[in-house]
Amino acid sequence: MESLKTYFSGQRGVYHGIAIAVVVAVFALPFITIDAYTIQLATQALIYVLLALGLNVVVGYAGLLDLGYVAFYAVGAYTSGILTTRLGWPMWATIPAVVAACVLAGVVIGGPTLRLRSDYLAIVTLGFGEIIRVTAQNLSITGGPSGIFGIPTWSFGSWSFNDGLTVGGLFFNGKILLYYFVAIVVMVLGLIGIPRLANGRLGRAWRAVRDDEDAAEAMGVNTYTTKITAYIIGAVWAGLAGQLNASLITTISPTSFQFLQSALVLMAVVIGGMGSVPGVVLGALFITLAPELLRDVWENRSLMFGILLLAVMLFRPKGLWPATSILPWSRDKHRAKVDTKPAQARAEEV
Amino acid sequence: MTQIILNGLFVGSFYALIALGYSMVYGIIKLLNFAHGDIFMFGAYIGMTCLTVIPGIGSLGIGAIAIVLLISALLTGATGVLIETLAYRPLRSAPRLSVLITAVGMSFLLEYGVRQIWGPDPQPWPQAGRLTEAANWPAGLQWGAQRIDILGGSLTGAQLVLMALAVVLMAVLALYIGKTREGRAMRAIALDKRAATLMGINVNATISRVFFIGSALAGVAGVMHGAYYSSITFLMGFLLGLKAFTAAVIGGIGNLYGAMLGGLTLGLLEAFGTAWFGGEWKDVFAFVFLIAFLTLRPTGILGERVVERM
Repeated sequence: MESLKTYFSGQRGVYHGIAIAVVVAVFALPFITIDAYTIQLATQALIYVLLALGLNVVVGYAGLLDLGYVAFYAVGAYTSGILTTRLGWPMWATIPAVVAACVLAGVVIGGPTLRLRSDYLAIVTLGFGEIIRVTAQNLSITGGPSGIFGIPTWSFGSWSFNDGLTVGGLFFNGKILLYYFVAIVVMVLGLIGIPRLANGRLGRAWRAVRDDEDAAEAMGVNTYTTKITAYIIGAVWAGLAGQLNASLITTISPTSFQFLQSALVLMAVVIGGMGSVPGVVLGALFITLAPELLRDVWENRSLMFGILLLAVMLFRPKGLWPATSILPWSRDKHRAKVDTKPAQARAEEV
Repeated sequence: MTQIILNGLFVGSFYALIALGYSMVYGIIKLLNFAHGDIFMFGAYIGMTCLTVIPGIGSLGIGAIAIVLLISALLTGATGVLIETLAYRPLRSAPRLSVLITAVGMSFLLEYGVRQIWGPDPQPWPQAGRLTEAANWPAGLQWGAQRIDILGGSLTGAQLVLMALAVVLMAVLALYIGKTREGRAMRAIALDKRAATLMGINVNATISRVFFIGSALAGVAGVMHGAYYSSITFLMGFLLGLKAFTAAVIGGIGNLYGAMLGGLTLGLLEAFGTAWFGGEWKDVFAFVFLIAFLTLRPTGILGERVVERM
């Protein structure tokens, strides 16, 4: 018991405690209200958390600015949408196809550009976002400007989420099942898996490349494969989030994949704190929930988010919950003394 | 065929004007100024407002457009300097990622700030400022609103005037960068900022000057766009900015002549792409070229080897 208490007062313990509390709260939501609007909003917020977690790998850990992140989201949504509606595949069977399509897209875009200066990637991804949107708008297999309708929900054999499920006398409808079994499970997987990935060998390589590419290369890190791995992991993750969103809203059209969407996810990551998992989750929740809660005050959410993004970059560049933050009461306080300034910034000061 | 080339050159001269600003800023501080396309859009809105607000400007015809062009260039130039001072200068020693994200934020601020002021709908350009209206051209200069045959194709007089204006501006700029003291300072900073400082060059003032010139050119392009296409929207800078960047890369980013050449090349590529594959694929075509160029020749047509900044 004593060791448990020590554990939860440490830096890691507090983070884990918060994570468990958040997951329990999210899990308990349908028991409090089954209002369709609330569940829809909560699922949408979870999908944004997923997207932000994925973009955090690319921008936060590997330091690659991806301005067309929503393109992979679109690739995932359209791949699963086309396979389920045109070919009648069940939703779960399209997962490998979504992964394959996203890996392919990631290689095509990342392959040539990641060899160059990192800021070229920003503009190429911006262009890629437009290519995907315009292509979806022009092709007939993607339904043109009106998009794809009637995307089925998840089904296994003859049973589908639409039939609902009764557990212990409580009836869960299809939307709630989607929220539970898919959105929450994927989020928990992300919350556990991504930080573990980031603390492993690959994650350390990402951060080394981000902080000083030349030094990382000199230390034997293959910077190109390191960068492209981060890019592809982000792409696949976004594709799966896109598939989830397609099965949730059942209709996808090119207008849902505009630059604005990519920018909102980027804002979630930057405002929350690049490279910081709790910060990114916080940022994603803020980006989705603030416009709903403050609907009357915030007429022009994009303008507000733009100003906020600038303010964060100028006055708090590490975000609201920085990756290197140390809790004030934590035993690990001495770690704060480490100089976290990137090598490039130090070199400029000389 | 000739018609396709002429159309391409016309659109290309817009791209070239905007690409110049991109390329100059990139050359001097290695920053992709995402807000540059939005400064173009802002210039168009300033022009539109001047045409509606200034009393009596409607009766000046072609003179009105010249006045508006000047006002818009000065104001967008000042906006560029302001953006640099407030947003980019404090972050000059920050990691590159922070500056890029700040530029994206600035672009957002401009787009949605304009939307907040002028509304989300496309705005019609005032009649008095349209180059395509015959009534705006004084007697004796009526050719301005008519089509003129050139080698089997045709362009309107207005298009020819706009292309000539773009060429003149680029020539003046080339002389300024190549022959004057200030231009030499810009080239020196682009080569080595620290050495330039040691030689007594005022780095901040020079960078501000670059932002002023680049933004003023974008503002001019914005007014030209409004005067010719007669309709402007708050998001028009996004796509044009992207294409101008593509033009800068094709020509060789950081290189002045490269930006001009790249703009014209992209205009031609797009015109042929439209003729062969249809107008709906026009934008895709431009970006496919961007990716192809980055893969095969990342330094562009005229660019030198890109050196990674340490």
